[in-house]
Amino acid sequence: MPTKDSGRLEVRKTYKLYVGGAFPRSESGRSYVVNNAKGKFLANASQASRKDARDAVVAARKAFGGWSAKTAYNRGQILYRIAEVMEGRHEQFSAEVAASEGLSIAKARGVVDASIDRWVWYAGWADKIAQVVGSSNPVAGPYFDFSLPEATGVVAVLAPQESSLLGLTSVIAPAIVSGNTVVAVSSFERPLPAVTLGEVMATSDLPGGVVNILTGSATEIGPWLASHLDVNAIDLAGIDDLDEARELEAAAAENLKRVRRPADEDWAESPGLSRLTQYLELKTVWHPIGV
Amino acid sequence: MTTTDSGVDTLADVTSSEDRLRRFLLGLPGVDQVGAEARAATLSTRSIKTTAKAYALDLAIQMIDLTTLEGQDTPGKVRALCAKAKRPDPADATAPQVAAVCVYPDLVATAKYELKGTGINVASVATAFPSGRSSLAIKIQDTKDAVASGADEVDMVIDRGAFLSGRYGLVFDEILAIREAAGDAHLKVILETGELVTYDNVRRASWLAMLAGADFIKTSTGKVSPAATLPVTLVMLEAVRDYHEATGLHIGVKPAGGIRTAKDAIKYLVTVNETAGPDWLDPELFRFGASSLLNDLLMQRTKLATGHYPGPDYFTLD
Repeated sequence: MPTKDSGRLEVRKTYKLYVGGAFPRSESGRSYVVNNAKGKFLANASQASRKDARDAVVAARKAFGGWSAKTAYNRGQILYRIAEVMEGRHEQFSAEVAASEGLSIAKARGVVDASIDRWVWYAGWADKIAQVVGSSNPVAGPYFDFSLPEATGVVAVLAPQESSLLGLTSVIAPAIVSGNTVVAVSSFERPLPAVTLGEVMATSDLPGGVVNILTGSATEIGPWLASHLDVNAIDLAGIDDLDEARELEAAAAENLKRVRRPADEDWAESPGLSRLTQYLELKTVWHPIGV
Repeated sequence: MTTTDSGVDTLADVTSSEDRLRRFLLGLPGVDQVGAEARAATLSTRSIKTTAKAYALDLAIQMIDLTTLEGQDTPGKVRALCAKAKRPDPADATAPQVAAVCVYPDLVATAKYELKGTGINVASVATAFPSGRSSLAIKIQDTKDAVASGADEVDMVIDRGAFLSGRYGLVFDEILAIREAAGDAHLKVILETGELVTYDNVRRASWLAMLAGADFIKTSTGKVSPAATLPVTLVMLEAVRDYHEATGLHIGVKPAGGIRTAKDAIKYLVTVNETAGPDWLDPELFRFGASSLLNDLLMQRTKLATGHYPGPDYFTLD
């Protein structure tokens, strides 16, 4: 419909999922109403189903080989590139965060700044984490023995419900920086910054499938990801109910997933290395020393 | 399709000379390309769920010709494949066996030994597979070799060069010769639809192969892209259906190459049922030439049984 002032047709945006480098609608055809913090209509978002989660896991698995084989330096550059591209969309992110979280625009800008800085911070870790958590080990024999961190595999992330951009960034970045691939379920009530982050990733040299973003209910999709045998780790940050988290952890035990329990986290704080190291497998190699 | 006036008598006549054969094949009604593709697209939107899905998955497994046709094949690889054919899902004894194992002629003996007493057939490609560019004498010898080693089914390729240049008689005679060389073995005739260019040619080649005595018509070698597609299979199923109406004979269809997911396989089964009819929902009359398809079927099967998504780590590499 033409708007009053210009007579120009409004071009409305369709908020879609981000799976395998593409932006599909939900396989189920569902969408749901997203309101702003004051309860006013903001947009319609796709509501992902278990089959979208299944497709996302397939995409993430397919992307894992290539992503984890890239040099750490290269992965760091790509994460830094995400920060660069986010910078160019600063205004859009700020507006979405302000509307979703009910912040003043100035505060929302601060949140976007912090999110971009977080990408840069993790980008820096890409080629340094091996030195910090890896080691050369003294052994009783003519061997050079060393341990190296490697990526776990496909990480399912149930992103924080409150912090729609900084929280999401803080759970995705530490997983992919070391070579894991991610299937993330965004905040249910505040999915718009997640959709935009997907658009940023699609244009940041990040190979398709490395990060897959589903908008929808973590309670609905979580159990399918927790019990999925091709998922290697799960972050339960977005689950507020502890009983629900326990059930998900029990389902995740079937194939010995690494589980990150929900905790009261202040996303603005410096994150430390615990999330980064959670999704690493230590490989120890014995190399004979020539005589 | 109306096959003009082709009753049993006329069909016997058409093969009496190359001229008549050509007139018959060129007289077949043309395929409506847009219609065939639209029909295939419509059929592939059918939703098959719960018990019907479980039935379809098991049926699809039983229809698989588990195939390895690589230059790097070894007896060890074939033995592994045979083990998988016998017991596709080591964790679940209720998973059915596949229909056949398909290998190159020199590995038939290995497969035959491994599959003794299992009821699983050994299929062998022959006739200078996949190009078919060799003399007839060599093609015949190739076929005899495979059968002598114990092949129950022979997959031959037609001479696409001759077919495309209109030398239908040559193609016909070659199939006849191989038919004879194959003896009791089931003869599958590979049309290599990816090289036939048009659906009209697919329909002609299907009729040509059936008239020459094929037990099965097969889409592709798997070495040419595009391999099997749903519309091509639809056209072949129509040919098989019409041939059955004209002669009462049941000819099988085998799409091969490019069918990798359970979803694809189920689309094919729907098309079979809707085109040729439920008679063809039988491993005797419909096969999939595939290797990676089996794992996806098994994963879907496990999903139905356990209620959660399995991962490829839990199934053997092919």
